[in-house]
Amino acid sequence: MTLQVITANRLSDGVVVFRTAGGRWSARVEDAGVLDAGAAEAALAAGQADAVRPVVVGVYLVDVVPGRSGPVPVEFRERIRAQGPSVGVRGAFEVAAPALPGRAIQDEV
Amino acid sequence: MYRYDEFDRAFLEERVAQFRDQVARRLSGDLSEDEFKLLRLMNGLYLQLHAYMLRIAIPYGTLSSGQMRRLADVAERWDRGYGHFTTRQNIQLNWIRLEDAPDVIAALAEVDMHGIQTSGNCIRNVTADQYAGVAADEIEDPRVWAEILRQWSTNHPEFSFLPRKFKIAVTGAELDRAAIRVHDVGLRMRRDDAGAAGFEVVVGGGLGRTPLVGKTIRRFLPKDDLLGYLEAVMRVYNALGRRDNLYKSRIKILVHDIGPERMAEMVDAEFQAIQAEGGVSLDPELVGRIRAHFAPPVYAPAPVEPPELAALERADPAFARWRRTNTAAHREPGHAIVNLSLKPHGRPPGDATSAEMRAVADMADRWSLGEIRVAHEQNLVLPHVRQADLPEVWRAAQAIGFATPNIGHLTDIIACPGLDYCALATARSIPIAERLADRFRDLDRLHDIGPFRINISGCINACGHHHVGHVGLLGVDKAGEEFYQITLGGSAEEDTAIGRIVGPAVSSAEVVDAIERLVDTYVRIREPEETFLDTCRRVGNAPFKESIYAAA
Repeated sequence: MTLQVITANRLSDGVVVFRTAGGRWSARVEDAGVLDAGAAEAALAAGQADAVRPVVVGVYLVDVVPGRSGPVPVEFRERIRAQGPSVGVRGAFEVAAPALPGRAIQDEV
Repeated sequence: MYRYDEFDRAFLEERVAQFRDQVARRLSGDLSEDEFKLLRLMNGLYLQLHAYMLRIAIPYGTLSSGQMRRLADVAERWDRGYGHFTTRQNIQLNWIRLEDAPDVIAALAEVDMHGIQTSGNCIRNVTADQYAGVAADEIEDPRVWAEILRQWSTNHPEFSFLPRKFKIAVTGAELDRAAIRVHDVGLRMRRDDAGAAGFEVVVGGGLGRTPLVGKTIRRFLPKDDLLGYLEAVMRVYNALGRRDNLYKSRIKILVHDIGPERMAEMVDAEFQAIQAEGGVSLDPELVGRIRAHFAPPVYAPAPVEPPELAALERADPAFARWRRTNTAAHREPGHAIVNLSLKPHGRPPGDATSAEMRAVADMADRWSLGEIRVAHEQNLVLPHVRQADLPEVWRAAQAIGFATPNIGHLTDIIACPGLDYCALATARSIPIAERLADRFRDLDRLHDIGPFRINISGCINACGHHHVGHVGLLGVDKAGEEFYQITLGGSAEEDTAIGRIVGPAVSSAEVVDAIERLVDTYVRIREPEETFLDTCRRVGNAPFKESIYAAA
């Protein structure tokens, strides 16, 4: 069965957000309300209403699989979108432990 | 350097006020995203993968130290303390909040900067040779004309809704450091038989989905005819460029379809018509004022090759290597052009933190008459350094990690932001650049390999100029995994060439090993003094193909 979550960017600052089961928006994919095929359409419509209000922009559904601490996007692009850049900028910000496949130098060690 | 006059400033102030009102109306819901998107893009504000991104124009890649400091301040106050210098000599800030965007553009306007025409189907920021005005091999400083083009194209009503975006690059030098043959219009200064300076006009170059090398449609155009002639080019494109298919809408497709001869005829006919109506005349007083902004600085007398330089080169081979690799000949005796490598080991190509930007601004004030350039290879340049100051400049560059002696070498990689930031990307670019830099970190090996350019794009749009890398890598998505298509033999210089695809794309896990085997093959089969590009042109792809696909 395909599971999905609803994502968007928050209008005020552009941050990637996910719609929770309670109808709020969270910057953590782990907080996303996981929807089965039957529930996705209605929840998407509710999310899109938030784009009209306007709270968010670019609302869409993302396929996920259950992970240890919550839903994990299936597509590579969506995983990066959920987790942030896989590379940091030394002196500006660092990236936490890589959670992405094929990541950087560690692969070669 | 060019300074805005009251017209430029009034225009920018108006734009800031308009944008502030537009953002307020968007946040309150009075404007929909569809209505607002066009307005924010007109100011260079994109919505990328993770956040809003502001692309700030750096006209012809010239920055003052004060502007650099302001970029540092803006990045620190309203972003995450760093910026990304791009292949179009712009800088991108990746985490701008929409609510803050009006304050950001107001802060930039105070130092004559903005993001106008860094997006949309208009004439974009005009790029130029990063050594403009100081190169030893230059006819004239092309930035005078780049600035005239900037003023002409800014808010030009006839050219604000072109079929597609339009990029112009200018060089005044013999060597092409501005990649003019892969731009919509490339201008190269040259002299006619009588010794007068003018332009060779190249039209219809470009990368992306359909890479094409631009064609010369006018071998010599007198300088005074530049605006009239370009206006004719734009009119032909505006009338005939396709608007029905996004992928066929650039001028390169038009030139390819009708041929450069027909294009030249049509532009000439239009140009004659423009001339008959009185032409696009340039006010000599205005040209004189602009020219004065770019007058060569008054250099204090500087000793040529002071003995302490040679002494330090003997004493410290690292300095000698840096000087050989990262500095270039200056037209003024006793001076040098210094490249600051934004490709330090373990960092995304082209990125600089606010602290580093301030350090570069300080270096510019102390040693380069307050001036900085951005190279399309995503490095910074101090254009006016006294040779006698090179040891101190070297140490200061080392202190911020910008002294890696790799300019023009394998680890001087051009890379787009790729899937780590970009909403259009299909694969990541930066991690591949970082892994390659790690693999080839040994400087003796790097210098033994010699001139070698790797360009990486995270999608077919080719912001990383992969087609014109000696080795190009194009990231593609294969069933949810990152793969990289390899091209060989590309060049963005006078001998512009589009690289040829070697074979099937290579997986992310394999690609660095594949490149290393390719490099080893080159080192094995090269003839004396032969660069990788020379060898590649001599032997073709075959030996390299074999090594790329050899079992590890």
